[in-house]
Amino acid sequence: MPTFWLVALLIALSAAGFYGGRRRAIATAAGNVKDLHSLPSYYGYHVALAAFVPAIGALAIWLLAQPMFIENRVSGMIPAEAIPESSSIGLVMSDVRRVAEGLDLAVEQGLLTAREARNAVAGEQDLRALMGEVGVALGSKVRPEVLNAAQAYRNLSHTGRIAMTVVVALLALGGFAFAYARTHKDFRARNVVERAVLALLILAASLAILTTVGIVLSMLFETKNFFGLHSWTDFFFGSTWAPNFRGGSELSILPLLWGTLYISFIALLVAVPVGLFAAIYLSEYASGAVRAFAKPLLEILAGIPTIVYGLFALLTVGPALADLFGKGGLLGVEWMTGATSVLTAGLVMGIMLIPFVSSLSDDIINAVPQAMRDGSLGLGATKSETVRQVVMPAALPGIVGAVLLAASRAIGETMIVVMGAGAIAKFSANPLESMTTITTRIVSQLTGDTDFASPETLVAFALGLTLFVLTLGLNVLALYIVRKYREQYE
Amino acid sequence: MTDLSQNPAGAAPRKHGGSLLEKSPHTKKRNAAETRFKAYGIAAITAGLIMLLVLVTTIVGKGTGAFQQTFVTLNVELLEAKLDKKGNRDLADIKKVTTFGYAPIIKGAMEAVIEELGIETSLKSKELAGILSKDVAAQLRDYVIANPDQIGQTVEFRFLASSRVDGYLKGRVSRDSIVNDKNISAEQLDLVDALAAAGVLEKTFNLDFIFGADASDARPEAAGIGVSMLGSLFMMLVVLALALPIGVAASIYLEEFAPQNWLTDMIEVNISNLAAVPSIVFGILGLAVFINYMHLPTSAPLVGGLVLTLMTLPTIIISTRASLKSVPPSIRDAALGVGASKMQAVFHHVLPLAAPGILTGTIIGLAQALGETAPLLLIGMVGFIASNAPETLADGLLAPNSAMPAQIYEWAKRADPAFYERAWGGIIILLLFLVTMNTLAVILRRRFERRW
Repeated sequence: MPTFWLVALLIALSAAGFYGGRRRAIATAAGNVKDLHSLPSYYGYHVALAAFVPAIGALAIWLLAQPMFIENRVSGMIPAEAIPESSSIGLVMSDVRRVAEGLDLAVEQGLLTAREARNAVAGEQDLRALMGEVGVALGSKVRPEVLNAAQAYRNLSHTGRIAMTVVVALLALGGFAFAYARTHKDFRARNVVERAVLALLILAASLAILTTVGIVLSMLFETKNFFGLHSWTDFFFGSTWAPNFRGGSELSILPLLWGTLYISFIALLVAVPVGLFAAIYLSEYASGAVRAFAKPLLEILAGIPTIVYGLFALLTVGPALADLFGKGGLLGVEWMTGATSVLTAGLVMGIMLIPFVSSLSDDIINAVPQAMRDGSLGLGATKSETVRQVVMPAALPGIVGAVLLAASRAIGETMIVVMGAGAIAKFSANPLESMTTITTRIVSQLTGDTDFASPETLVAFALGLTLFVLTLGLNVLALYIVRKYREQYE
Repeated sequence: MTDLSQNPAGAAPRKHGGSLLEKSPHTKKRNAAETRFKAYGIAAITAGLIMLLVLVTTIVGKGTGAFQQTFVTLNVELLEAKLDKKGNRDLADIKKVTTFGYAPIIKGAMEAVIEELGIETSLKSKELAGILSKDVAAQLRDYVIANPDQIGQTVEFRFLASSRVDGYLKGRVSRDSIVNDKNISAEQLDLVDALAAAGVLEKTFNLDFIFGADASDARPEAAGIGVSMLGSLFMMLVVLALALPIGVAASIYLEEFAPQNWLTDMIEVNISNLAAVPSIVFGILGLAVFINYMHLPTSAPLVGGLVLTLMTLPTIIISTRASLKSVPPSIRDAALGVGASKMQAVFHHVLPLAAPGILTGTIIGLAQALGETAPLLLIGMVGFIASNAPETLADGLLAPNSAMPAQIYEWAKRADPAFYERAWGGIIILLLFLVTMNTLAVILRRRFERRW
């Protein structure tokens, strides 16, 4: 793990810089700390930061950029005619990477010497068998073009690694030397250090933007690839979801969207009335003791991980519903064939969302000023009339916002639907049939062996982007409604 | 405004001259509506609490079984003729005996115990061994390889019983349910009853479930959650090491230094949006960036930790900002007044005062990350048997491992219902962790939070 040692070296160097810088500053003031511009430790931080920050930044950027650079160079080396009919440049590149990795492993395990690995010629030895021995599975024999590219790949990444070590070490030493040389009793170390720290703080805060950009770009990029392989009209307007790894898949989002919305609708049908009435009772009727008892208990439901709800749906609610509605069930009807269904997932998701709706609504109801209630009660209205005709209208925008947020949660929820909803994509209005959702399909298309050159895998990114846009849209809409229609009482 | 001022259709106007003590129909109706409304509220709360109760009783009822396991205590004669034919105790020769070679020894031990207890059975020796786990031969072999000097002796062993036998003792498997089961017969259950009566076969606390490794599909009785617990631990270390410093730094900037400009607005909007992004989207990001682009190893806790870091950052930032905000401005003013720079005021005075709140928020964020499953599915932490405990730090971060919630999902997917019990048991452990973390957070808040 050379990167690990490089980082360890940087940490050691900056620790040395701290003590070195401090000592030098005190020395230039002839031991009289009061003559220094800043406190002695600031001189230390100055040298330590100068040695550490530029070097670690360079390291991070290098680690990010090197794969892209090498990929570009190497894929340029593969002639177009070397790519087989049924394949693509992406598949050939993944072969190249695997061969390169296999050669490295073979050297590491002592099956080949470094020189043998460098001079390996396709066809001369059975490279495929060798790769199998070190645990790298190859689909076919290694072709000369692939081997050449793999050698170039190894060379480039080897050179890259050495260059990275040199550059990082030089930057660290250079920073150290520069800062150390600047250290003098009149040097304004505190100002420099504080400016550097502020820059680091800004960097940390910008990570939020970077994450969003990362999410959008990574999905956008793969979605573009997907639409290069599959028609976008089928994706958005088709009517069938039938992935087929041998090609000729029909990948339409509509049946999935139907399943997602149906399950979310049932979840909201459970969560909104229960959550809303619970919030009304807790904030308007309940005594302090009841509130202190019931509110935290309800909120426990929100802290339970979704895997628990998923298991509950799969092993308890599903079989219970099947006992009621299934073959030989208590009701004597045969409406349900398996344990997974829209109702199973919807009910359990509804339970999960109860505290979400109730605590949000509780906050909103509490924000309605007491004077309005007093006015209404003073005119002779009963408590329920006050709630229905005064408090609710005032709290309505906030409650609509809360319901929209709950809907966005329901649409993006994964584990409950993966375990409780089933895997059949279809348009059906029967809540006792199993249906599938966007999130379940993302999971099933991206787990196991994924091949980033087939539309069946890439469709997951298009689904993910749609999901992202959908939930983001709901959140923005919720925020907009709350802002626009909120009553200001101050 | 209210119904009082008008006469709603259908309700008779109050007749003057009637007794004030007698409620008019209209009032009765309004009072009934009031009672109904209140009843809805009580019903809603009761419904919520009943759901919680059902959930908790289901988990406890179905999961506690996983903490107990059926063991069979046997005296095994480690026959030299089978295990070390040459008799020179050469480890290489001993290792040549595969687990198949141990089968006759196990059968012999079963026959011996039945003879000793005087149990009459028509079962063949292979069926006798069938009440033991398939894991037994491997356990025996490991013991012999570790202690070659014991060959030829008779040693007492505690063997796992097979999952069907275990299920029979726990009530999961009944004589009716095994009619078509080729793994166990009613005869074998008779034997199990006899052995249990003799005290050879008993159900005891199962430490291996908590600390052990996962086992293959055929051996649910040997599966444990220990290794995936380590996987979760390493992920949490990554999350703590990254999310806490980055989150605190970001909050300090936004709360103390950020000028009101477009960049600040942009960051704020992004943070609140990220807090609402579905967790699976972070999994897609992890797959695309960390695995597909940066070629970090699949299924590694490091990758899981990175993904969960990005997911928990908004939570930590939001709570840190709240606790920074709760430190009164007079503290800052006093520090600035005696000549501290703004940076010094924040780092020397505001941050230490906000630390308990920050810690509380971080623990809650970690608890959220610990229970998260969906992103882990996409970075490949399911679909294999997490059987090797990591030995070094680098191994723990980079070697493929599972995590607690992913392990539970994995068990729930397997065909044998014996794994379901493990899944519920795993949930008990996971929830214990979450309860501990949340309690810690509450205690910290109660103990150290200052009201200004």
